[in-house]
Amino acid sequence: MGKKLIELQHIQKSYNGTQILDDLNIYFNENKFLTLLGPSGCGKTTTLRLIGGFEKPDSGQILFDGKDITMLPPNERKVNTVFQKYALFTHMTIAENIAFGLKISKKSKAYINDKIKYALKLVNLDGYENRSVDSLSGGQQQRIAIARAIVNEPKVLLLDEPLGALDLKLRQDMQYELIRLKNELGITFIYVTHDQEEALTMSDTIAVMNQGYIQQIGSPEDIYNEPCNAFVADFIGDSNIIDGVMLADKLVSFLGIRHACEDTGFGQKQPVDVVIRPEDIELVAPDEGFLSGDITSVIFKGVHYEIEVLSNGFEWLVHTTRFFPVGAHVGLKVIPFNIQIMHKPESSDERAVGLDA
Amino acid sequence: MVKKGIQRIYLIFIFLFLYLPIAVLIVLSFNDSKSRVSWGGFTFDWYIRLFESRSIMNAFYTTIFITLTSAVIATILGTLAAIGIGAMRKKGKAVMLGATNIPLLNADIVTGISLMLLFVRFTRLGMSTVLLAHITFNIPYVILNVLPKLNGLSQNTYEAALDLGATPLYAFYKIVWPDIRPGVFSGFLMAMTMSLDDFSITYFTKGAGIHTLSTMIYTELRKGIKPEMYALSTILFLIALILLLLMNYRSREDQINERRT
Amino acid sequence: MRKLKRQLCAGPYIVWIIGFTVLPILMILYYAFTTPEHRFTLENVLSIAEPIHLKALLLSVRLALECTVLCLLLSYPLAMILNGLKIKRQSFIVFIFVLPMWMNFMLRILAWQMLLSNNGIINSILQALGFSGVSILNTPAAVVFGMVYDFLPFMILPIYNSLVRIRSDVIEAAKDLGASNMIVFFRIIVPLTMSGVISGVIMVFVPALTSFVISDLLGGGKVLLIGNVIEQSFMQGMNWNLGSGLSIVLMVFVIASMAFMNSHTKETEGTAVW
Repeated sequence: MGKKLIELQHIQKSYNGTQILDDLNIYFNENKFLTLLGPSGCGKTTTLRLIGGFEKPDSGQILFDGKDITMLPPNERKVNTVFQKYALFTHMTIAENIAFGLKISKKSKAYINDKIKYALKLVNLDGYENRSVDSLSGGQQQRIAIARAIVNEPKVLLLDEPLGALDLKLRQDMQYELIRLKNELGITFIYVTHDQEEALTMSDTIAVMNQGYIQQIGSPEDIYNEPCNAFVADFIGDSNIIDGVMLADKLVSFLGIRHACEDTGFGQKQPVDVVIRPEDIELVAPDEGFLSGDITSVIFKGVHYEIEVLSNGFEWLVHTTRFFPVGAHVGLKVIPFNIQIMHKPESSDERAVGLDA
Repeated sequence: MVKKGIQRIYLIFIFLFLYLPIAVLIVLSFNDSKSRVSWGGFTFDWYIRLFESRSIMNAFYTTIFITLTSAVIATILGTLAAIGIGAMRKKGKAVMLGATNIPLLNADIVTGISLMLLFVRFTRLGMSTVLLAHITFNIPYVILNVLPKLNGLSQNTYEAALDLGATPLYAFYKIVWPDIRPGVFSGFLMAMTMSLDDFSITYFTKGAGIHTLSTMIYTELRKGIKPEMYALSTILFLIALILLLLMNYRSREDQINERRT
Repeated sequence: MRKLKRQLCAGPYIVWIIGFTVLPILMILYYAFTTPEHRFTLENVLSIAEPIHLKALLLSVRLALECTVLCLLLSYPLAMILNGLKIKRQSFIVFIFVLPMWMNFMLRILAWQMLLSNNGIINSILQALGFSGVSILNTPAAVVFGMVYDFLPFMILPIYNSLVRIRSDVIEAAKDLGASNMIVFFRIIVPLTMSGVISGVIMVFVPALTSFVISDLLGGGKVLLIGNVIEQSFMQGMNWNLGSGLSIVLMVFVIASMAFMNSHTKETEGTAVW
């Protein structure tokens, strides 16, 4: 574990009377790849802009290396940002763009030239010094934006949906590139995205946000395998989420049947959400499953088939590598370990849950 | 806070700079005294006399006729030209835009004189020569307002519409027109404003006995401006103000509707 | 094929350009280089060197430069303030600056003449406040004042438009990289508004250089600009060849100053000297 590099304490922020963040508490460790993940409007970009210094919180504190930087303007912070739409300076060449921050901090000419060469090599664009910004593709512009930020040797690099404007193939390539960059530079990346796949691929730690609250913080594996509520389960990957009632420890009832599970401590007759990942369901003979139903659709996805099964009024989503024809009558089977039981949210607005990473 | 205050004062200063003379003229149009410096009480006399003055009303009709006609013709020609230029290759486009900029960048006096030389050689100066001259300097404003609106998606969607069986006219009306309409509109307005405010070019291309408001004012400068002129300008200004406010209001509603859909 | 058809739309306009832009320029060239007896001569063009003409041209250039600089100094902060207001409807700003044009500019300038006259309102207010009055009427300064008044919108609007187009994330990126407000202004905002400044300068400098009405109105016949000389040679002296010759000189002057502006800006754009 590294030490805490940035810490946000009791942050409140609202725009025009709309509360965006309400008592946000989160910290970011040194030398990690951290992702703020959530749907648009969840407050993730606001959080990033607070760290960058482009917004001031209504109340609360932002600590950097233990020092209070809440009121520090962006040009005095040791963080740099990669903007969603690159925000390159179109009136300058690539080299001038990259040199911008270095010239302000009055580095020597030789140093600046070395740095430009190094940064361009790092983002695989050697020899582009004198090109104009307009002559570059979107992906290349994004690399220059990254190069422009990292030459200043920030302790933290903030990335605001930097891959959002790129096409799928390029996005996947850039994901690996960013992981490589992070490892070579050895600095903290704070990454904002609404793309769960991006988050799972690149992050050391993911913080899932919704409506201004952090829903869950953890490693990609934790978040995927042990989502702590239905929102997270639904947002990360596909899930079957069913209303259920916890009858006793390790026994849950849903859709009119009873099934064993491994969760305890919910009390008796407690309404809960039952979450089962589609790849955890096995299609078997009708009498071998906990439920049986008819297949309503089959879609080939390459690695697996995506199959929908209608059973007791619920559309089950199942991922399987075996082919079944539409209309077949099948049974659904799941082992107790793969059933996640979750508390119902207290209101329709998801509330904050445990904040410890 | 201090910065905000200074900004306010500066805005007010510029606003006064632009509108103070207009206020003066409006006040003078109600002044019951021929003197320009002393206030002789409130009167509507100048407004009544205005409509009795043949020379002023003639100049007024001429001005309106030339402004409207030249703006309409320039808008039609300019919009067509913009569509044509939009479909051209780089080189043709550059040549056409260069030619379009000539009347814009050339000095008014040179444009006026060169047109006068042409007209004198081939015809007689009169109302039609003024009209031709106004159309000439109005077209570029229309083109420059319409052209940017054509650079969007309309090219492809227009072809898609033809592909789906639309006639070119229908495709133009359904696809291109909604895109360029604001540009055509502001081009028309710009043309009208420029035409109304023009003096130099009218001055050189008009025949004897024909007056627009601005050439009339110019000849009156030496004799002294008739107060009826202030009254007429006040009316024109108020009409423009109301029209522009209405349009502003309408386009705001359009925007709100757009956001809803 | 379809493209060709659409290009044909420009046909009437091309005919129009040839008839009413190219042909008139040929006419003026013909007059400029001939005598009234249709013989070739350079005299008309060279007469710019006559002291009275040269003096008028130099005065025109001086006043036009003063007017342009004043317009720029007034407009840039104004455009910044207007941009800072974050008005969503930019057409409203345009509206404010275009509206005055619907009242004849000669009348408006006449109104300024009344306001500025020795016993006019401005002087009365100044004297009531204990200042000594100003008397700038019938001086070159009054002409510059009138020009600034008439041409100011043509400087404000292009600068404002170019300011509005700067995306806020570009400013934020500069601050993020350590730029203070000063550096943001000089290294980001000024270069990115250069195109607006240039079109503003051209749109103010050219009419100011060639105007003849404002000097008539506010100069009191004492300020003779090159525009006045040309106008008089056409309307009073009836020497069209001389007038055409001087017009050609004026045209060349305008083209030269625009070419100078263009070459100058390309230099600074390519290699931003730090």
